[in-house]
Amino acid sequence: MSFFLAALKRELLLVFRHRSDIINPLAFFLMVAVLFPLGVSPDPSFLSEVASGVIWVAALLACLLSVDGIFRSDYQDGSLEQMLISAEPLWMLVTAKVITHWLVSGFFLALISPLVAMMFFLPEPAYPALIISLLLGTPTLSLMGAIGSALTVGLRKGGVLISLLVLPLYIPVLIFGAGTVQAGAMGLPIQGYLALLAAILVFSLMLAPIAIVAALKISIRS
Amino acid sequence: MLLAVKNLFCERDERILFQGFSMQVNAGEVVQIIGQNGSGKTTLLRILCGLSDAYEGEIFWQNELLDEVRSHYYQSMLYVGHLSGVKGSLTAEENLQWMTQLDSSLDKCSIKKALKLVGLYGFEDVPCHSLSAGQQRRVGLARLYLSSAPLWILDEPFTALDKKGVSEKEALIAEHVSRGGSVILTTHHDLSIPKQTIRPINLDEMART
Repeated sequence: MSFFLAALKRELLLVFRHRSDIINPLAFFLMVAVLFPLGVSPDPSFLSEVASGVIWVAALLACLLSVDGIFRSDYQDGSLEQMLISAEPLWMLVTAKVITHWLVSGFFLALISPLVAMMFFLPEPAYPALIISLLLGTPTLSLMGAIGSALTVGLRKGGVLISLLVLPLYIPVLIFGAGTVQAGAMGLPIQGYLALLAAILVFSLMLAPIAIVAALKISIRS
Repeated sequence: MLLAVKNLFCERDERILFQGFSMQVNAGEVVQIIGQNGSGKTTLLRILCGLSDAYEGEIFWQNELLDEVRSHYYQSMLYVGHLSGVKGSLTAEENLQWMTQLDSSLDKCSIKKALKLVGLYGFEDVPCHSLSAGQQRRVGLARLYLSSAPLWILDEPFTALDKKGVSEKEALIAEHVSRGGSVILTTHHDLSIPKQTIRPINLDEMART
């Protein structure tokens, strides 16, 4: 456990020293939200109709944008090699990395999502649904993205491949996430959607660290 | 006998690097791997420290198959590769603190002393990206002063070091060996440590036979 805390502390310190990494996904998220009405139609009734989908797609892409870097810098400076030949459990370290990634991408996205929702004239009852669905859905995006990141870390141009690997896994989260917001906007119960999002999260929380560790070993050792 | 390699075969980009290669490392000796560029020195070291599975053959750690005693092996081995594993945005002290977390055979209490010994006293609060290449190398090598692992695997440890740094590291290697430790290293530099403890292995001759 103390190793997990030490790993978490290191990751948070690294993020704190690279503050631009935090701003990048957030800026992307906000830009999509600002540009979409300009490009399509500023009509409030239209925007409130597409809000749930657009906000969720923007959040998903913002997460995908930053997921590539989870293991990149550790691979480039040799830290990842040292982690692989450590006797300490690698899954703890990997989990600490994913948690940090989620904190700087998904968590902050969920926090600023009401602002974006306001720009899209999302009906007020849908706000809790939006925030909760993002809080439950984005950790899954980070976990699944980390699998793709670990698999492609040894490749020079992993960027395209990672989208191909990870996007199919993201689709269920997108469907249920956007569905939650839509149901919230129409005043329907959202518990069912949230239960599904939580189930996907628990499932990936159990299995993703194992897959990430295996993927890292494949990337480095072969 | 600490480490033994039996009948190693390794192929890379359709070129055979090793075939029927065997070696062993005993306590208290320095195995110096020699070979021209591209002869597979780094590949061999990566196989030995468990960072590469692209081989056939058997590796034994204290007479047991490496795959079965991996976690014990990792605790008894220290690897310093081409990439020193030093994070640019962390300071020298933070880097070493993290390394002691990763490797429990490193002594947590003497980090400051080790930094002084590698000549980085006064630089411990500077982020490593603003240190010179040689200084960054020294941060990575400061681990050697903290280590109680019996086997050191060093890939070109003297790159970017100045003359004084090289002779200090040589003294450290000689001391480690005199305590009964072993070192496997690659270098093109003539080591100035007692000749009877050095055993050279030439990969170029290996390729010819």
